[in-house]
Amino acid sequence: MSTTAIATDLGLKPAATAATASRSVSSVEVTDYDNRQTVGKIVVDNAKMICRGVNVYYGEKQAIKNVSLDIGANEVIAFIGPSGCGKSTFLRCLNRMNDTITTCRVTGQIKLDDDDVYDKSIDVVQLRARVGMVFQKPNPFPKSIYENVAYGPRIHGMVNTKAELDDLVRDSLERAGLIKEVEKRLNEPGTSLSGGQQQRLCIARAIAVHPEVILMDEPCSALDPIATAKIEELIDELRENYTIVIVTHSMQQAARVSQRTAYFHLGDLIEIGETDQIFTNPKHKLTEDYITGRFG
Amino acid sequence: MSKPNATAVPTASRDIKTIVNATLKRRHAAERRFRWYGLLAISLGLIFVLLMFGNIIGKGYPAFWQSYIQLPIKFDAAILDPEGNRDPHAIENADYAALVRTGLRALFPNVEGRVELRALYALSSSDAPLELRQQVMAHPTLIGTEQEIWLLASATVDTFVKGNIDRQAEEDHRPIKDNQIGWIDQLQATGKLKQRFNTILFTSGDSREPEQAGIRGALMGSFYTLLVTFLLSFPVGVATAVYLEEFAPKNRWTDLIEVNINNLAAVPSIVFGLLGLAVFINFFGLPRSAPLVGGLVLSLMTLPVIIIAGRAALTSVPPSIREAALGMGASKLQMVGHHVLPLAMPGMLTGSIIGMARALGESAPLLMIGMVAFIVDVPKSFLDPSTVLPVQIYLWSDLPERAFVERTSAAIMVLLAFMILMNGLAIILRKRFERRW
Ligand SMILES: Nc1ncnc2c1ncn2[C@@H]1O[C@H](COP(=O)(O)OP(=O)(O)O)[C@@H](O)[C@H]1O
Ligand SMILES: [Mg+2]
Repeated sequence: MSTTAIATDLGLKPAATAATASRSVSSVEVTDYDNRQTVGKIVVDNAKMICRGVNVYYGEKQAIKNVSLDIGANEVIAFIGPSGCGKSTFLRCLNRMNDTITTCRVTGQIKLDDDDVYDKSIDVVQLRARVGMVFQKPNPFPKSIYENVAYGPRIHGMVNTKAELDDLVRDSLERAGLIKEVEKRLNEPGTSLSGGQQQRLCIARAIAVHPEVILMDEPCSALDPIATAKIEELIDELRENYTIVIVTHSMQQAARVSQRTAYFHLGDLIEIGETDQIFTNPKHKLTEDYITGRFG
Repeated sequence: MSKPNATAVPTASRDIKTIVNATLKRRHAAERRFRWYGLLAISLGLIFVLLMFGNIIGKGYPAFWQSYIQLPIKFDAAILDPEGNRDPHAIENADYAALVRTGLRALFPNVEGRVELRALYALSSSDAPLELRQQVMAHPTLIGTEQEIWLLASATVDTFVKGNIDRQAEEDHRPIKDNQIGWIDQLQATGKLKQRFNTILFTSGDSREPEQAGIRGALMGSFYTLLVTFLLSFPVGVATAVYLEEFAPKNRWTDLIEVNINNLAAVPSIVFGLLGLAVFINFFGLPRSAPLVGGLVLSLMTLPVIIIAGRAALTSVPPSIREAALGMGASKLQMVGHHVLPLAMPGMLTGSIIGMARALGESAPLLMIGMVAFIVDVPKSFLDPSTVLPVQIYLWSDLPERAFVERTSAAIMVLLAFMILMNGLAIILRKRFERRW
């Protein structure tokens, strides 16, 4: 399958397809499989997060190898790659969720605006309030829908009155596109919702604390196509106010929701660039093999 | 594919059919046999349980009834209040036994002679005068009146009435004499000797007289002891489980602690009793026989059970809930306090209740710290000398009187009832809060 065919499959803009139509199938710049130097522009102008030389080890095993990239403000950046390549591991470095794994060790630098994420003076509580997370499997607390959304604002002391909290909960559910479905049942357990609704509840829970960045680790992998479409729509809307990093195993999803895409392979960041370009005109042979379905 | 192979297929399939059929019979037989073994094992177990319950209930249930004799009591003012000024002190110290004796003589006016009279008086329990005093103290207006009053019969009468003394045996070989049997028959014929529900069993402490002995003292002792045990071992156990499971670094020290806790759960309970004697009583100088010390000792025994159950309950909380909380920016303590602990609590409570049930049935370590003394008074605090239900059972089982044999079984029934209650509660908790996620 040619990259052009993939591009039309993915419903990319005709212009992008046209630009590449003239190129031959393997017009990649890096054909050497052993070359693991990152291809593409890692720097952006309005960076929200800056990662430089990040290595992650689980005990002796290195899961992320010298990865550098920028995450731009108000962009959706997708991490793709075969499973086990370290997408989740890298994502979890961004809000230090890896701290909970005792064997895990992170070196290098990750900055959120001007703050060093791994600096001793940064408290993970504060960091995670600024960098929210949505997990692969919807994981609402076994409490009411209201309590799920109210939890973050409560523990961070964001509101003073019940009325403020009510407003914040409604607003968050509204922005997560869930309010119509749950308006009448705010006191029912969050676990009573359908899978897609649960995931949107988790998104509402995350945005209730007004984070700057939202990390999503394969948020749709447990959902049916219709629920997936709703989440993707939501991601597109949320981009206005938040920076979103999404890990996905679905290339179509990456193409649909993201502006930039990073391709990981066995712990290396192989290629990064505009999503259109990655899918229509990959520059590394490994990327091309992956998006044309030769492995993955 | 070659031709011989193609023709070989049908024969091969016929072969496999006969081969399987040959073994099939054996396999089915083995399965049937195994089922029978299982059924046999279960039936055997059930039979023993039924035998045990049958034996205990059969022996114990008569203890819930007790013989009373209805006597015409003349509350003679000359005896109770000779001064006529209703002085409580005088009323309290009056000769109530005389009232009982008069009552008995009134029923059997023909009895004469000291020996005969003493045999007659022996029908009534030594508790009867005390009961009369209580009634008069409570209602002084009784003085000067004459009332028909049900008073406790002696244990010998009760045993005889329950059919546990052979009427045909030689007079010298039975504790009840011919003339007494005659009076009892007469009383029964006139409806003045009856079996009533034995409230004394539940309202009084231990006694040398079987008809006056109850389990109230042991029950209260068990209650205070278990209260101390729970108040100590539950918070400490839960805190330890949470710390070890959620906060402690995983290194050699915590491994060592873990191994030791598991070993502690397997230490014979009498060892804890010796430890309690050496530490709490001899070193710290706490009083002997006190529920406080008993509770401390049983806490040592219950703690490892609660810790182990608590840790199991904590690990069964799915990691996704922890991640959700941490991802929201909850601190570790908030994660545990808001989410993990509430979800683990039913499991922890279940484990604790089972641990407490075990503590309730424990006697050996309490023997070591002196909770085995003969104590008549019902304990009113954690420091009053007392005994506990299993030890009371042990004490009574040692006594020769037939009436104590039935009380022993009755006490066992009460103990078993509490055990079943506690285990039932644990099961209900587990079922009620069982979560699926
Ligand atoms: N907790 C862990 N302990 C040890 N190794 C881990 C752990 N989590 C992930 N890994 C390893 O790190 C590598 C990257 O895993 P992950 O980031 O989950 O991949 P992806 O999300 O891209 O599928 C894999 O080889 C995986 O086996
Ligand atoms: Mg992953």
